[in-house]
Amino acid sequence: MNLILFTFIVLLGFTSYYFGRKKAYKIQSTKKRLTALPQFYGYYLAIWCAIPAFIIFSLWAIFEPTIVKLLILSDYSNQGYLDDELNLLYEKSKALSRGQFTGEITPFIEASAEKYLSLRSIAQSSKVVIVLSAIIASVAYAYKRISSNSRTREPVEKFLNAVLFTASLAAILTTVGIVFSLIFQTIDFFKVIPLFDFVFGTHWYPAKAFVRDSSEALDPTMYSDTFGAVPIFAGTFFIAFIAMCVAIPIGLMSGIYLAEYASTKVRQYAKPLIEILAGIPTVVYGFFAALTVGPFLKELGTSMGLEVSAESALAAGGVMGIMIIPFISSLSDDVITSVPQSLRDGSYAMGATKSETIKRVIFPAALPGIVGSILLGVSRAIGETMIVVMASGLAANLTLNPLESTSTITAQIVVILIGDQAFGDPKTQAAFALGMSLFLVTLCLNIVALRVVKKYREKYE
Amino acid sequence: MRKNGVKMIKIKAKDVDVFYGKKQALFNISLDIEENQVTALIGPSGCGKSTFLRCLNRMNDVIDICSVKGEILINDFNINDKSCDVVRLREKIGMVFQKPNPFPKTLYENVSYGPTIHGMAQSKQEMDEIVETSLKKAALWEEVKDRLHEPGTGLSGGQQQRLCIARAISVRPEVILMDEPCSALDPIATAQIEELIDELKKEHTIIIVTHSMAQAARVSQNTGFFHLGQLIEHGSTDKIFKNPDNKKTQDYITGRFG
Repeated sequence: MNLILFTFIVLLGFTSYYFGRKKAYKIQSTKKRLTALPQFYGYYLAIWCAIPAFIIFSLWAIFEPTIVKLLILSDYSNQGYLDDELNLLYEKSKALSRGQFTGEITPFIEASAEKYLSLRSIAQSSKVVIVLSAIIASVAYAYKRISSNSRTREPVEKFLNAVLFTASLAAILTTVGIVFSLIFQTIDFFKVIPLFDFVFGTHWYPAKAFVRDSSEALDPTMYSDTFGAVPIFAGTFFIAFIAMCVAIPIGLMSGIYLAEYASTKVRQYAKPLIEILAGIPTVVYGFFAALTVGPFLKELGTSMGLEVSAESALAAGGVMGIMIIPFISSLSDDVITSVPQSLRDGSYAMGATKSETIKRVIFPAALPGIVGSILLGVSRAIGETMIVVMASGLAANLTLNPLESTSTITAQIVVILIGDQAFGDPKTQAAFALGMSLFLVTLCLNIVALRVVKKYREKYE
Repeated sequence: MRKNGVKMIKIKAKDVDVFYGKKQALFNISLDIEENQVTALIGPSGCGKSTFLRCLNRMNDVIDICSVKGEILINDFNINDKSCDVVRLREKIGMVFQKPNPFPKTLYENVSYGPTIHGMAQSKQEMDEIVETSLKKAALWEEVKDRLHEPGTGLSGGQQQRLCIARAISVRPEVILMDEPCSALDPIATAQIEELIDELKKEHTIIIVTHSMAQAARVSQNTGFFHLGQLIEHGSTDKIFKNPDNKKTQDYITGRFG
C-alpha cells in the first residue's frame, strides 16, 4: 500500500515537473523573458510536490503507532491493568492481527486485534487522502504562482543545498549516535568494573563471567581479574605491528616501482592485479592464514626445532600485512605519481639518477600522502577482525613471542557477542567498553595522521 | 668568445631528427653554438625549439616515446653515443626550466643538491662555500643569506627562478640551457634574470629558448629561428634581427606571424 502510494507520488512529481516546464514554455512563447531556464520552473513544482508529501509521511510515521496504541488501550485503561501488562497485551494483539500469534487467544486480545486492524485501515486510507490532497493543493498553488518574473532558480538551488546538507548531517548524526550508544554502555560497564582494573589488569578472561547464574545478584568482586585489557591491547598492537612490518616495505616498494619504474604496459596490468588483493574478502584471508600459513609455519618451526603454535600471531599478522599491501601500494603510487613532473625534471637535469631523485626529491615531496596511507593501513590492521579470529586464536595471552597465539580487541568483541547475550551484563558491556577504546585509539591515530600531514604540507608547499 | 679571431664552437649539432612516437618533431637540425656566448632560440609555439634544447642534455630520455637521431658533439664528443654517461653529461650541462621548480627543501639543500650527488664537496665548509658562491653568482645571496634554512618554495617567483639558476650553476656546468626562464615572471624579475644571464656568459655557454624577441635581442649574441621543426636561419643576433636572409624569419621578427 505504502509502495503504491509512494510510486504514485513520484509520478505526481514527474507530472508537476512537466507542467511547470510547460507553463514556462508557454510564458516564453508570449515573448516574455523568463527569470530562469524552463527546467527550473519544472523542478520548482516538483519540489512543491515532494515537500508536503515528505512532511506528512514523516509525521505519520512518528505519530501513527502511538495514536493507534492509545486508542486501543484507552478502552482498558481503567480496568486495573498494570502498564506492563497492557503493553504485553497490545503486542500480543498486534501479533494476532498479523497472524503470527501462537499463544492462548483471549477475547480481550481478539477484540483489540480486530480494533487494531480497523484502526490501521482507517489510518492508511486517511493517509492516502491527506497526502494526495496536500500535494495537489500545494502544486496547484505553486502552479498558479509561477509567472515570467517569479523566482524559481533560487528556491531550487536552496532546496538542493538543503538536500545535500541533510545527507552530510545524516552521516555525522549516525557517527554521533554510535558514539553515544558506546558511551552509555561503557559507563555502565565501568560502574561494575573499575577503570583501573580494565586499563591495567593483565588477565582477560571474560568466560569467567559466563558462569554467573542470572538470578544471582551482581557481585563486582567476582569480576576482579576478569576484564584486564592489557593482554588484548598488547595483542592488538603486536599483531598490527607484525602486519605493518610486512605491509609497509612491500607496499611502499611496489608503489614506488609502479609509479617510477614500471613501463606503461606493466603498470597497466600490475596495478589492477595488486588491487585485486584489496577485493579479497577478509574471511578468505582468514582461512588462508588459519589453514595454510599457520600449519606451514608450525611445520617450518618444528623442523628448525622451534615450538610454534598452530595459531600464531605471526601467521595472523603476516597475512594481515598481505591484506594491507594493496592499500599502501596503491595510495603511495597515487601520491608519488602526483608529484609534479617539473621536480623530477629539475632533479634529472642536475644529473641525479632515478634512485637519487626518488630518495631526495620525490619521496620527501610525497611524504605526507605516504604517511597518510601508512596510518590508514595501521587503522585497518587494528580494526581487522576475521583474520585474527580465525588464525590467532581467542585466548588472550600476554606475550611478545610472535610464535605464540594471542588475541586482539576486535576478536574479543566477537567472542563476547557471539551467541546469546544478556543486556546489562558486564560481559556484554565489556564489548562496548572495548569498542569504545578501539574507537579512541583509531581516533587518536587519525588525529596524529592529520597533524603529520599538515605539518609537512606547511613545510613543502 | 673568439681566440685569434676564430669562433670557438662549444656544441655542434649535426642532422638531428627527433621523433615523438611516429611524429617527427625536428627535421635535420644542424647548428653550431659558440662558447661563452648567449644563443637564443626563437620561433612560434610548437616549433621544436624546446625539444632541441632538451636534446642537448638528453632530457628527452625521460620521455618514453621520444627518440633522437643524429650527432650532437659537445667538446667533440657525441652525446648521443652509447658510451655517453648521462649523469656526467648533465653535470656539465645545467638546465633552468620555464616554471621555477625549486625542490620542496630548504634553500641551502636546493643549492647543495647537485654538489652532493656529484660528490663535489669534501666537508661542510666546502659545501657552504659552494652554496654561497652559487647564490652570489645568481644574485640572490643578499636577499636570502639569513634564511638559508627556510623552504625554497617560500620565495617569490623571480627569486625562485634565481634559486634554480643558483642550483644549476652550483656544479659549475660548462653550458646552461634555459627554457623560457622568464615566461612566468614579472618585468622586474625578468630584467634581473637578463642581467644575470649577461654576467653568467663570462663563465658559461648559454642557450636560451624564448618567446620574447625583445629578450632575444637584448641578451643574445647569436640567434636561431625555428619554424615547424626546422631551423630556418641562424646567425648573429644583429644580422637575424636587422637583415635576415629568409622571408619567414623576416615575417616572424616583424610580428607578421607566430
